[in-house]
Amino acid sequence: MSAYTFAIALCVIVVGLLFHLLRTRRIREKYAGIWIALAAVVVIAGIFPELAVWLSGVVGVQTPVNLVFAMAFVVLLAVCIQLSAEVSNLEEETRTLAEEIALLRLEVRDLDDRQRGSEGTPPA
Amino acid sequence: MPEPAQSRLLVIIPAWNEQETLGAVIGELRSALPDAHVLVVNDGSTDRTSEVANKAGSRVLDLPINLGVGGAMRAGYTYAFRQGFDRTVQLDADGQHDPAAVGDLLRAMDTEHADIVIGARFAGVGDYTVRGPRKWSMKLLSSVLSRVAGTRLTDTTSGFKACNRAAIRLFAANYPAEYLGDTIESLVIAARAGLRVRQVGVKMRPRAGGRPSHGPMKAAVFLVRALLALAIALSRPSEPIAIEGA
Repeated sequence: MSAYTFAIALCVIVVGLLFHLLRTRRIREKYAGIWIALAAVVVIAGIFPELAVWLSGVVGVQTPVNLVFAMAFVVLLAVCIQLSAEVSNLEEETRTLAEEIALLRLEVRDLDDRQRGSEGTPPA
Repeated sequence: MPEPAQSRLLVIIPAWNEQETLGAVIGELRSALPDAHVLVVNDGSTDRTSEVANKAGSRVLDLPINLGVGGAMRAGYTYAFRQGFDRTVQLDADGQHDPAAVGDLLRAMDTEHADIVIGARFAGVGDYTVRGPRKWSMKLLSSVLSRVAGTRLTDTTSGFKACNRAAIRLFAANYPAEYLGDTIESLVIAARAGLRVRQVGVKMRPRAGGRPSHGPMKAAVFLVRALLALAIALSRPSEPIAIEGA
């Protein structure tokens, strides 16, 4: 039974950490959500281990632990894909910003040159 | 700044660490096309590219980070769009493209009513050759893209292109930063948006500097990545050209 208590304790720590990160605005809710949900599932499975046994019977997996591992793998895969998508999105945003900065820099240089040019000649 | 009288031409040169060749290319451009505006898009170079371009009398768009040809070109097209240029020509900074051929591209644009004209190798002019796997993959790409564009294209990875206002507008909003996006995918986007793509044969000169990419392993990687780029480009939904002023 102590292994289950251990799992539950671990989950509580993880949720606490995530909550702390959310409170200090170091992680956004859209990323923390999936981890909190996952921790909740682990807590439920820790309290009612019969659930895993029952579920593996339903989907036809012989050893319940294999089902748990497989599910953990799928969840991690989903998180990785989500992060890849977010990184791509960030890159596209960075790209747009870099382009805008370059365009603005050129515009500022032009304005600067024009101003310097007009300072030399008296206004008409 | 605007000069409405005749059509204004902007030559866009994406440059990444091209200090050796860039000065000569701009010099040649200015004598071949005295009326054209020249814009060098400095793609986060670590050498004196920006300085060389400035000294040679071109305008310089300094990207703070390296974005690749796709990113550099979208910035260039955005500039052309906002400054109201009627036509652009994209030219490589390594001296491969002869500025004297720009006139051929623009003439072809007029006579064939094209929106995009590609300066192509393997089109009867010049003696540029590639061999082995790289040749096959380029052939395959050409035949697929010819079908998509509805015209015969022999050199789909050419970075020598002329665009009119409609194409500028499309590319300012939508120019992929993906690998080969500046050549293959941009052609697919243009053809899907209903733009007329044509090509003219041009003579390519040996690079004045820089490194050619060869070797069978590299050719294989090129083919796989090119096919992936093509498959993704073709399966994407097409995007219409934004309305002017939007």
